[in-house]
Amino acid sequence: MSIVLFKAILVVLIFLISLGIAAYSTYGERKIAAFLQDRIGPDRAGPFGLLQPIADGVKMFLKEEIIPTVSDKLLFIAGPSMFMLTALMTSAVIPWGLPLEFGGTVYALQVADINIGILYIMGVVSLGVYGIMIGGWASNNKFALLGAIRASSQMISYELAMGMSVIAVLLMTNGSLSLNNIVQSQGEGKLYGFINISGMNWNIFYQPVAFIIFLVCSFAETNRTPFDLPESESELIGGFHTEYSSMKLGLYLFGEYINMFISSAVISCLFLGGYNFPGIEYLGTVLPHNIVSLISVAALFGKIFFFIFFFMWVRWTIPRFRYDQLMRLGWQILMPLAIINVLITGGILTFFGN
Amino acid sequence: MSSQIVFYMLAALSVLSALFVVFSKSPIYSVLWLIVCFFSIAGHYVMLNAQFLAIVHIIVYAGAIMVLMLFTVMLLNLNKETEPHKPAMLKGAAIVTGGLLMLVLLAAMRSVQPAPYVAPEKADVGFVQNVGMKLFTDFLLPFEMTSVLFIAAMIGAVVLAKKEVHE
Amino acid sequence: MQLTNRSKVVTKPEMTFVEKLYLPAIFSGLGITIKHLFKKKATLKYPEQTRQFAPVYRGMHVLKRDEQGRENCTACGLCAVSCPAEAITMDAAERKKGEEGLYREEKYAARYEINMLRCIYCGLCEEACPKDAIYLTDRIVPSEYSRGEFVFGKDVLVEKVDQRIDVSKRKKTYTI
Repeated sequence: MSIVLFKAILVVLIFLISLGIAAYSTYGERKIAAFLQDRIGPDRAGPFGLLQPIADGVKMFLKEEIIPTVSDKLLFIAGPSMFMLTALMTSAVIPWGLPLEFGGTVYALQVADINIGILYIMGVVSLGVYGIMIGGWASNNKFALLGAIRASSQMISYELAMGMSVIAVLLMTNGSLSLNNIVQSQGEGKLYGFINISGMNWNIFYQPVAFIIFLVCSFAETNRTPFDLPESESELIGGFHTEYSSMKLGLYLFGEYINMFISSAVISCLFLGGYNFPGIEYLGTVLPHNIVSLISVAALFGKIFFFIFFFMWVRWTIPRFRYDQLMRLGWQILMPLAIINVLITGGILTFFGN
Repeated sequence: MSSQIVFYMLAALSVLSALFVVFSKSPIYSVLWLIVCFFSIAGHYVMLNAQFLAIVHIIVYAGAIMVLMLFTVMLLNLNKETEPHKPAMLKGAAIVTGGLLMLVLLAAMRSVQPAPYVAPEKADVGFVQNVGMKLFTDFLLPFEMTSVLFIAAMIGAVVLAKKEVHE
Repeated sequence: MQLTNRSKVVTKPEMTFVEKLYLPAIFSGLGITIKHLFKKKATLKYPEQTRQFAPVYRGMHVLKRDEQGRENCTACGLCAVSCPAEAITMDAAERKKGEEGLYREEKYAARYEINMLRCIYCGLCEEACPKDAIYLTDRIVPSEYSRGEFVFGKDVLVEKVDQRIDVSKRKKTYTI
């Protein structure tokens, strides 16, 4: 099997997994929301309601397609497409697990190991706002426009703090921007230099402040509660997707869950050691290599699922911010905190070595 | 050969999208075509092995500056009815100055000797480490001067945005 | 002038540093919500499970038959008179020869209708009935698609001979 064929299979697989996880995130969201509110949630479609996403999808497709006559038709259609496109593009640089080995050939479980991996993610994330802005503007609706404007200003503001918090992590890994290197470096060495658990040298233990900043910013970037001002249904009737119906609305909602999945993956890779798990070296000596690879993939997905659950958990705990509070948090608290964190990390690395 | 094909496609895309920026009736479409133009230029950077520059170009221009432009254009609600009427004399003056500028450019272009293509000595010339090394050793002074320029711009923005306090 | 000493002075004290961080408050909030994940669910899966009603619950009406399967109602009209919402209408008819197995007394209700949208389920019809004919049961009035279908006639209200409705909990245990 050639590398190109393997990559093609991997791309299709990741695409399908992203869509599958996004679909079941909608189910998970409703189920978790129900559990946290002492309810049961959807349980009629299939056992435990497991077929609910399919029912939702069918409903979405069969709904009437409405394009407002006063809207800009081309951009109205382009909006959700771009949102979905940018949401799906990010998964290209995430290392999903240890490389597989078949007949002496090594197949890396990563679509593209480019040496600017994390910058690529930041770039694609910064483009994600176009889908929202174009969709919101093209609907020719005041609420949609307000939602679009809120979304864009919020995403620009939080991108800065996000980037700053990542810099501290990059300093830890000798300045490599490749996500693969970042994950690998977290699997080597001892935690704090003396705790010897293989595969536990995670960045979260060195950079808790950066972790919290990144987490908060990724909530803002994915437009999740408590930062869901762009779509706040109680003030803006749904914000930028007010005028959307049928599968175009579905694409927006779906894109949000894919964003959530991808940002969970990025958080896991940057701070929680990606596919590394405690005892990875010991397992490598007793089990065949490919089995360990699959376990590492499972470990990464476990972390991702935990963060998706965390996103939902927070949604049903913390109320929405007011807009000035949002801006104040982004610019006056997270931003200086991130810069100070970078300075302290740099200082410690310079004066005390590693 | 294939890289040449990609280059010509990218070049055609950048020129065409730049033309669309100018000729689009709606300012929103102008902005969107400008974003396409930026993307094709980022493609050129990738062709030149400057991945870092390409992605920074996308983050800064397409991701931040154009979002703000789009933001402003959306809020301005520009359309035919609100377009200010320009007097004929102003239009004439614009044509004359534009023509003069084109004349100067043509005259300058005539005597240009196209420099031969110098292949980079290493393939990883555009990688982050190398760009950083160059920036902070050989080009430290211009780099720092740019940051001073940005500080000046930021202070100017703060001064403009700040409310005047009346005694 | 202070009238009572129940008044309180509301203050908004300056937050301490730990409070300003918000993180402890957020984590305690997360703790509260996660506790609910493991709590007993309040939901009742309705068609399979039904909630237990109080014995005095006043739901859909039933027109009773006696032990031999004869209708109790004699169309005296007391229920209609007592009804504050004027939801009950009826036509009386005389029992013919050979209908003794159907109706208990010489007079019976040929038509007996209750408009379920007018009814306020007060139970005064049940109180007024001298013949133990009408009772409010713990059954829920089913939903319908049009308003007209909510006028229930004898076909719905009279209990079936083979499907008796138990109203023993609501039987009057007192006498006036």
